[in-house]
Amino acid sequence: MLKKKDKIFKNLYNELGWEIDNSIKRDDWKNTKDLISKGREWIINEIKTSELRGRGGAGFSTGLKWSFAPKEVGSRPHYLVINADESEPGTCKDRDILRFEPQKLIEGCLIAGYAVQAHVCYIYIRGEYLNEGKRLQEAINQAYEKNYLGQNACGSGWEFDIHIHYGAGAYICGEETALLESIEGNKGQPRLKPPFPALVGLYGCPTIVNNVETVAVVPTILRRGGKWFSSIGKPKNTGTKIFCISGNVNSPCNVEEEMGVPLKDLIEKHAGGVIGGWDNLQAVIPGGSSMPLLPKKICDTLTMDFDSLIANKSGLGTAGIVVINKDQDIVECMARIARFYKHESCGQCTPCREGSGWMWRILDRIVKRKATYSDVDLLSDVTKQIEGHTICAFGEGSAWPVQGLLRHFRKEVESRCREEPLIKKKLNNPYLVDQHLLENKNA
Amino acid sequence: MSLKKIHDEQPKEFKFSNESLKQAELILKKYPEKNKKSAVMPFLYLAQKQNKNWIPLSAMKYIADYLSMPYISVYEVATFYTMYNLAPVGKHFIQVCTTTPCLLRGADKIVKLCKEKISSNEKEISKNGNCSWMEVECLGACVSAPMIQINEDYYEDLDERSTRQILDALINNKPIKSGSFRGRKNTAPEKSLDANGEKNA
Repeated sequence: MLKKKDKIFKNLYNELGWEIDNSIKRDDWKNTKDLISKGREWIINEIKTSELRGRGGAGFSTGLKWSFAPKEVGSRPHYLVINADESEPGTCKDRDILRFEPQKLIEGCLIAGYAVQAHVCYIYIRGEYLNEGKRLQEAINQAYEKNYLGQNACGSGWEFDIHIHYGAGAYICGEETALLESIEGNKGQPRLKPPFPALVGLYGCPTIVNNVETVAVVPTILRRGGKWFSSIGKPKNTGTKIFCISGNVNSPCNVEEEMGVPLKDLIEKHAGGVIGGWDNLQAVIPGGSSMPLLPKKICDTLTMDFDSLIANKSGLGTAGIVVINKDQDIVECMARIARFYKHESCGQCTPCREGSGWMWRILDRIVKRKATYSDVDLLSDVTKQIEGHTICAFGEGSAWPVQGLLRHFRKEVESRCREEPLIKKKLNNPYLVDQHLLENKNA
Repeated sequence: MSLKKIHDEQPKEFKFSNESLKQAELILKKYPEKNKKSAVMPFLYLAQKQNKNWIPLSAMKYIADYLSMPYISVYEVATFYTMYNLAPVGKHFIQVCTTTPCLLRGADKIVKLCKEKISSNEKEISKNGNCSWMEVECLGACVSAPMIQINEDYYEDLDERSTRQILDALINNKPIKSGSFRGRKNTAPEKSLDANGEKNA
């Protein structure tokens, strides 16, 4: 388990105060000027040494991403964009960083901005986090007052400005290219990649998009050394990570732990255990709703890091752990997630726009015990039709949880189905129309 | 995809108030001059704030003129994002998160209470005219589930009793404090053990 001295976010619960004077006491902005004066190469190399992987879900190497930014600034300026559009069900880590550790993020922005040669940074906060955004703006103002931002940011000679841009309740804007579209004033529909944002991003200019947590850990890594960070956790899965433990546990919480911590330790030691005891555990969604769930058998020995979760056909994602105990109807839980994806699909690619609705309708029928056995195969087929046939990863994100359900709980699903086709029964069951619209006159 | 309906009765005219105009100028400074289209989202928020928390079509036209962009592009943005209300909502606008992490901890009970106390349909203004509620997708406070958002504030760690309390206060226009209703400090674990197996403060 992570030692207290190795914790990066010391004020995760606001016990020490979020204001700039308090964060300076926690060593924020301590020697930022010296760090920057060591040069871009050094910063990027140190981040590469630390083996920091992006905390937004995909787990891409941060140092490598930064090195994709063009070495020379051409006619187009570079931009840094911070993704604070945290809306993955099960995840609420960035909210606490925005509220209680804003200076870590701001300092990280300056360093990252310098490393990728950006003078302007946009922080894209989801619209619902209005109060968190106000808090961050206050923190940014405090940083300007101390000349940590602006013309000669922190005495480094680098000009750097941070602006906040609010989203407006679209999950898809957490996808980096949709997020850029949204800042440009369009509806948030993802772009085809390549070209990647590092070359053609915001306003057609080279843009680096990073998650809040990724950037917020950068100053501490540089201060304590990439080697220190990579000594925590497991090889290739280094450092610390904020885990959000929600669902059927006795005390849901956010906690910073080392990568590769056993899932059982997280739940038992930090979250007060599963409601009804460990044996009452049914399944766990390990990394936010888009990652396939895992049954108890796997959870017993599971460690929480990118690679061991991939080995178990799931993923660490955003490390939002949703615990589901045996008192819950697992199919209903997943049907609700399918409804979420149906609601949030941006509508650009047909397989996802139509398929997400199909998945929800079939799962809903199964919950209501109105499905036939062949529906289960149909459901599995729909997930395969979506996966890999869309512009962005939303397609996978919506199909994987359903695939996970079928992989581990197929018996459970089939026990609610029946033999005879619906047509013979003459059930008044909307098969092809959108049930959601029938139920809701206002929609 | 979510569907949104435009309100039947639309005001004929809309103009930014002086206060909104001042803020609009500040917003425009954030973006490069040739990309002032970027300001459309913050402008829609401004219009929504000025017009009792909903956006009429005339406001979209006004914003389109202001930013010299096609009206349809503004309409597209306003209908794409769920936080822009295109029909009137109550003075106290209650959004109940019902996505799985909240559902697991009893969000359905909160929905039931809203139906009982405010109105039987979502997006419908209550009888006394000051509240409306709707189900929304994940609001990003999953470890504090179940939770609701009332206007700008989050009310977390709810149960049936505390929700009843909140809704009663709202209906009677009484102030309530936001945050956790289980008396804990933000998202801190309530029974955490540190590396030595000792209880954390």
